[in-house]
Amino acid sequence: MTGQARTTPGAGPAWVRGGTGGGAGNASLDVDALLTDPDTQIIVCCGSGGVGKTTTAAALALRAAEQGRAVCVLTIDPARRLAQSMGLTELDNVPRPVAEAGAEGGGSLDAMMLDMKRTFDEVVEAHASPEKAKQILSNPFYVALSSSFAGTQEYMAMEKLGQLYDEAGAGSARAGKRWDLIVVDTPPSRSALDFLDAPERLSSLLDGRFIKLLLAPARGPARFLSAGFAIVTNALNKVLGAQVLSDVQTFVAAFDTLFGGFRQRADATFALLQAEGTAFLVVAAPDPDAMREAAYFVERLTHEDMPLAGLVVNRVTDLPAAAMLDASEAESAARTLDSGAETDQQVAGLLRVHAERMLVRAREQKLKRSFSAAHPAVATVSVPALAGDVHDLEGLRQIGALLTA
Amino acid sequence: MTGKGGTGKTTVAAALAISLATRGRKVLLCEVEGRQGIARLFDVPPLPYEEREIGVGHGGGQVYALAIDAEAALMEYLAMYYKLGRAGKALDKFGVIDFATTIAPGVRDVLLTGKVYEAGRRRGKDGGYSYDAIVVDAPPTGRISRFLNVNNEVAGLAKVGPIRKQADAVTTMMQGRRTAVHLVTVLEEMPVQETLDAIADLRSADLGVGNVIVNQVRQSPLTPPAQDAIGSGRLDAAAISASLAKTSIGASAELGVGLLEEGAAHAVRQELQTDQRKVLAGVDTQVIELAYVSEGIDMGALYDLALSLREQGLQ
Repeated sequence: MTGQARTTPGAGPAWVRGGTGGGAGNASLDVDALLTDPDTQIIVCCGSGGVGKTTTAAALALRAAEQGRAVCVLTIDPARRLAQSMGLTELDNVPRPVAEAGAEGGGSLDAMMLDMKRTFDEVVEAHASPEKAKQILSNPFYVALSSSFAGTQEYMAMEKLGQLYDEAGAGSARAGKRWDLIVVDTPPSRSALDFLDAPERLSSLLDGRFIKLLLAPARGPARFLSAGFAIVTNALNKVLGAQVLSDVQTFVAAFDTLFGGFRQRADATFALLQAEGTAFLVVAAPDPDAMREAAYFVERLTHEDMPLAGLVVNRVTDLPAAAMLDASEAESAARTLDSGAETDQQVAGLLRVHAERMLVRAREQKLKRSFSAAHPAVATVSVPALAGDVHDLEGLRQIGALLTA
Repeated sequence: MTGKGGTGKTTVAAALAISLATRGRKVLLCEVEGRQGIARLFDVPPLPYEEREIGVGHGGGQVYALAIDAEAALMEYLAMYYKLGRAGKALDKFGVIDFATTIAPGVRDVLLTGKVYEAGRRRGKDGGYSYDAIVVDAPPTGRISRFLNVNNEVAGLAKVGPIRKQADAVTTMMQGRRTAVHLVTVLEEMPVQETLDAIADLRSADLGVGNVIVNQVRQSPLTPPAQDAIGSGRLDAAAISASLAKTSIGASAELGVGLLEEGAAHAVRQELQTDQRKVLAGVDTQVIELAYVSEGIDMGALYDLALSLREQGLQ
């Protein structure tokens, strides 16, 4: 696997500790080693919705910055208060420094929120003549494509990553690079890893037969006017109406010059994701759905030769303080105390809180064990659940510490 | 049925379908995101693009399920309204179907909601509606208004023509009084905030908001006085140890300290839930609560949730 290029034969990468998948559970993921390795240039956090991906990305970025790295974090749709805590008050598609973060250790942190439409507009502006760009940007087909096409957000997230990477600058890690680590959050895709498919899907569609067919009249001689073509255009006119078809044709004709550029960029982004300096982290929560999604992500990334660094399981129930007491014993003692005095009943309540926690923990452990059994090679780190939500730098720091504990 | 990812909207949609399928009523449960969540929940093989009976409700009602697929819906639409047998195949061969369902803006949503529209208006041989109710496991809160307000989506694209007409008809049904959007949430800050945002979006798009359904609510084993006693220090490790002495566990100061610590952490989590409940209390729609099912969702649990919905007036 190209993704494992940093692995020397016989030894795992620097950020994998212990465990060989020999049945004793998975290797643990040493997040600090991953963050401080100067060869780590891009970290991609992916996973299903609602598992704490954005928070994980932000916490990783902050921790790396505080360990001296020049970091840029690209978030997709952060919770309002978390965004504010990082100074992301406006969505202007430009990375902004997060005040004070990392300054002490000689590092820095910039953060930005993705503006999908703006990113798309910029791509068009960069690749077309001003006149043509204007024509494209005002085409209703383009407007809808850039603001609501199901894969656009995924595609633009990766496009932005490519831009940031270029902007980070060439040269050695210490020699005046703007950033030496980029951390990306990914959109909560309906189907896992849409962001990997989106560029390919878009470009294959734009290269497809239909587009060629639509372009045919614009390109002159009616040599495409076969029986098939007539059937298709008639059908389209009937279903879409002539105006839509002509809009599509204008759009496609205007976009024609960009196709080559798109395909090239999609290929470049894909190569960047597969590169040695990239590390994918799959983020999950300890519930059956999220773990099943995580398994799918892991398989898909492996299949695509993407450099998978490991799995982060968020919001895990940590070992309760009274762990020496098992759940059934606690429950039966609680029943004994139910009929007692007020204090006894309160203690019964405490015993039930404990029993519940032990059971939840046991279920989570079982889920993690099944995952390890199926994916023994994936290094894993568990992050205990905090009581409240994270919405300030202090909270991110706490998550960062838990990620590396 | 919409909700933020991870709140259990598919589960609640299924429970609602079962709840509606009482006394001989026939309900269609649809999914539109290609996740096969319904099949997984009911433990049946992946659903095809075909309505299938998957469960019964109390008193002989029936639940049918359908996984709506945009490409299949488009082919069906073309065949049904335009009699495009051969042309339909030609369109597919030329990649038009692919283009229309993946890249053409709004068309995908028109097709998905259009199928719901068709099922909702379909009549059987006896002249009555084929289904008494349709439950859609819809896209998440962030996308729901755009999904249902298809009219808006295609407005910039098609000002006249059949697609526009179809979109208009669908929008009229979605905005009508027979459609309600229920929102599933859990008692956490982000999902609650998204629920409030979605309600505002839905209202400004003239879409009817149904109930807010708070899912996975955990009852605390600690009564409010017990929480007070822990918070104020009245219940200390020694007192706990004394109570434990009356049980098979026996006195243990160490356990007392541990249990107190767990109790305090529990109280913090409860308080956060209470805060979110207060936020939801400000919403002017009915809020329904569903208890957390610790053993995982199986058929039995779905029927329990359905009963709970019915008892709270959702049926």
